[in-house]
Amino acid sequence: MQKIMIAKAKELLQSGAVDRVLGWKTGEFAYDITPAVFETIEELEQSFVYDDFCGANLSKYLIKASRLDGKTLVFLKPCDTYSFNQLIKEHRILRDNVYVVGVPCEGKTDGETLKQHGIKGILGIGSQGDDFIIDTLYGEKTVKRADVLPERCQNCKSKQHVVYDELLGEDGQVLDSHRFDMVEKIEAMTPDERFDFWRGELSRCIRCNACRNVCPACSCEKCVFDNDASGIAQKAAADSFEENMFHIIRAFHVAGRCTDCGECSRVCPQNIPLHLLNRKFIKDINELYGDFQAGADTESRAPLTNYQESDVEPSIVYHKGGNR
Amino acid sequence: MQDVKTTFKPKIVAFCCNWCSYAGADLAGTNRLSYPADVKIIRVPCSCRVNPMFILRAFQRGADGVILCGCHPGDCHYTSGNYYARRRMTLLFSMLDYLGIEKERTRVEWVSAAEGAKFAETMNSFVETVRSLGENKRLEDLRCKK
Repeated sequence: MQKIMIAKAKELLQSGAVDRVLGWKTGEFAYDITPAVFETIEELEQSFVYDDFCGANLSKYLIKASRLDGKTLVFLKPCDTYSFNQLIKEHRILRDNVYVVGVPCEGKTDGETLKQHGIKGILGIGSQGDDFIIDTLYGEKTVKRADVLPERCQNCKSKQHVVYDELLGEDGQVLDSHRFDMVEKIEAMTPDERFDFWRGELSRCIRCNACRNVCPACSCEKCVFDNDASGIAQKAAADSFEENMFHIIRAFHVAGRCTDCGECSRVCPQNIPLHLLNRKFIKDINELYGDFQAGADTESRAPLTNYQESDVEPSIVYHKGGNR
Repeated sequence: MQDVKTTFKPKIVAFCCNWCSYAGADLAGTNRLSYPADVKIIRVPCSCRVNPMFILRAFQRGADGVILCGCHPGDCHYTSGNYYARRRMTLLFSMLDYLGIEKERTRVEWVSAAEGAKFAETMNSFVETVRSLGENKRLEDLRCKK
């Protein structure tokens, strides 16, 4: 796939159809892959990469890239196309300046997870059927795909590209995933257990803002958290209140717009399952206001900018969830 | 009579919309209906003026309970404001509950300008509920406690 993609990118760059390519390149190690812009054929040949470590969602970079002169070619995985669509709906990306090439995805893993499974000295990754074949300093290692995929990929919501100009490989289907299972599990706890669970998770937060910075839905130019006067702009003066607040506010700001791409949990250096907060909103919206998948189209109104006269009353919260 | 020192006096913040609930509170006053003095009313133009962050902010600043009052659905002065508020608050309360914060500390109640009695009754029952829950420990900010 990587070869096909490089060939495609070269072709479009050479013909002048696009002026730059947004893709991924390897960092110091095979598994630290970063998003990168390629403007010449040489750069593409040297460092363009697409393998099972390329988890990063490139759609947010297009907010800036689509405002540059000329066209940008971008490679999007199925779940990235939802974020892309959502950003178009919010008029954040200039669609005409972007050439979207859909690429297939069978789930992306990361170096940390592999290390936890005892795989060290990683040089490269490939896949075969249900397994990842990992090239290491100590020879080839095989590991079951299902064992090392992050939660977001295990419960993948869709392998279908919702928007593209061109598709490489085959398009998949929207999947009937079990992504709300964990949310249901937490809902079934008692309020005290839930509080302890979240205090345990959120108290690890170091307020690095990575979750905010990576989130394709969090694209405000001026963020509420950057206000020094708010007293919540940094970790230095933090207490337990802030750990709760930051994450409630962050999740609420993307409620109804979050496509559940899972980037927040992927980038969290403390491995906090942040997507479980977003999923709670998605689950509530689905249950109370009808099924809604942000980014599935560019026309529908977001649930929080819409209403029905027959909506449920907020008191419904007293009647469901928890064993109080 | 209970000892004044040992009775917990909860701090309650009530966001009341200008057109219905604030007038309702006024009516409760002119009718000499009593409701606890622990309720601090903040007048807002419409219930949908209340950003979910206001509610979190109130808790941060030491509120033990927050109640939002607005016009009855369909009666909004601005036609649809309370419908939006209703969706937002439902999601926010559900999220607070998800995080293990006592859901009884938050409430939405629709009070019209003619419902002075309902206003007093709502505040009485809400204050009673929050009093039985005790101090707000799970959402407090120690920096704001002086």
